[in-house]
Amino acid sequence: MDLGDIRNWVFIVIAVVMLAGSIVVVTTRNVVHAALMLVATLGGAAAIFILLGAEFVAATVVLVYIGAVVVLFLFGVMITRAPLGGQGALDHSRKWPAALTAIATFAVLAGSTVAFFGDAEIGSGDPVLTSEIGSSIFNRFVIPFEVVSFVLLAALIGGIVLARRDPEA
Amino acid sequence: MTLSQFLVLSAGLFSIGVYGVLIRRNAVLILLSVEVMLAAVNINLVAFGQYLENTGRFAEGTAASGQVFALFVITVAAAEVGIGLAIVLLIFRNRSSVNVDELDALKW
Repeated sequence: MDLGDIRNWVFIVIAVVMLAGSIVVVTTRNVVHAALMLVATLGGAAAIFILLGAEFVAATVVLVYIGAVVVLFLFGVMITRAPLGGQGALDHSRKWPAALTAIATFAVLAGSTVAFFGDAEIGSGDPVLTSEIGSSIFNRFVIPFEVVSFVLLAALIGGIVLARRDPEA
Repeated sequence: MTLSQFLVLSAGLFSIGVYGVLIRRNAVLILLSVEVMLAAVNINLVAFGQYLENTGRFAEGTAASGQVFALFVITVAAAEVGIGLAIVLLIFRNRSSVNVDELDALKW
């Protein structure tokens, strides 16, 4: 990594924020703090997307994840009365097998990608225009797009069916 | 910027998400950890799209394809969170608990 490039410093700052935020998400004793730290992690992801020239994806992450999904999680925390502020165990008592699995996953993924790609430059092409994404979705990916819209419809109906109370009960 | 730095960041986030899924008892927190893993995967998709476009070995629009994949992942993740939280809510209504180790009705 070339430290003379300002983009690498930006990357390091974003990466530290994302990793710290995600560590808080998985370790904190307070459920609301976990949901709020997820905002920091996803905001970092949006910044990484802008760094990669993916502005439309960055805007979508902010709208869908930070705007909708995190709010949905906060409602879930509220409705299920998750224990706030320490009382009640949020974690399993034995943590070392999980830590071992996570470290092994990281070692395999990071080791193999670094061994294969080395220091291949990602290049600095132009940012992808939103019009290019639109024409890609509606030409090459039009069938997956329709399938995804059907998945969303099924999720909508499924959410209503699951969450409403039975009328006769 | 190298490709590896994005891949290592994404591997780190994914591993942290794996750790969270494995240690958390509360179902809402497990879903939160899954979101961290999905964010890591999206970084991978966009970074690879940009990298393959700039190698010049593929047709124009490879970067856009990577970003479209990331958008599909975001869409499906939103649907997953909606359904997942509805199921968690239903479990809480029936069992007054969302701890995954207490849900052993299928255990023989």
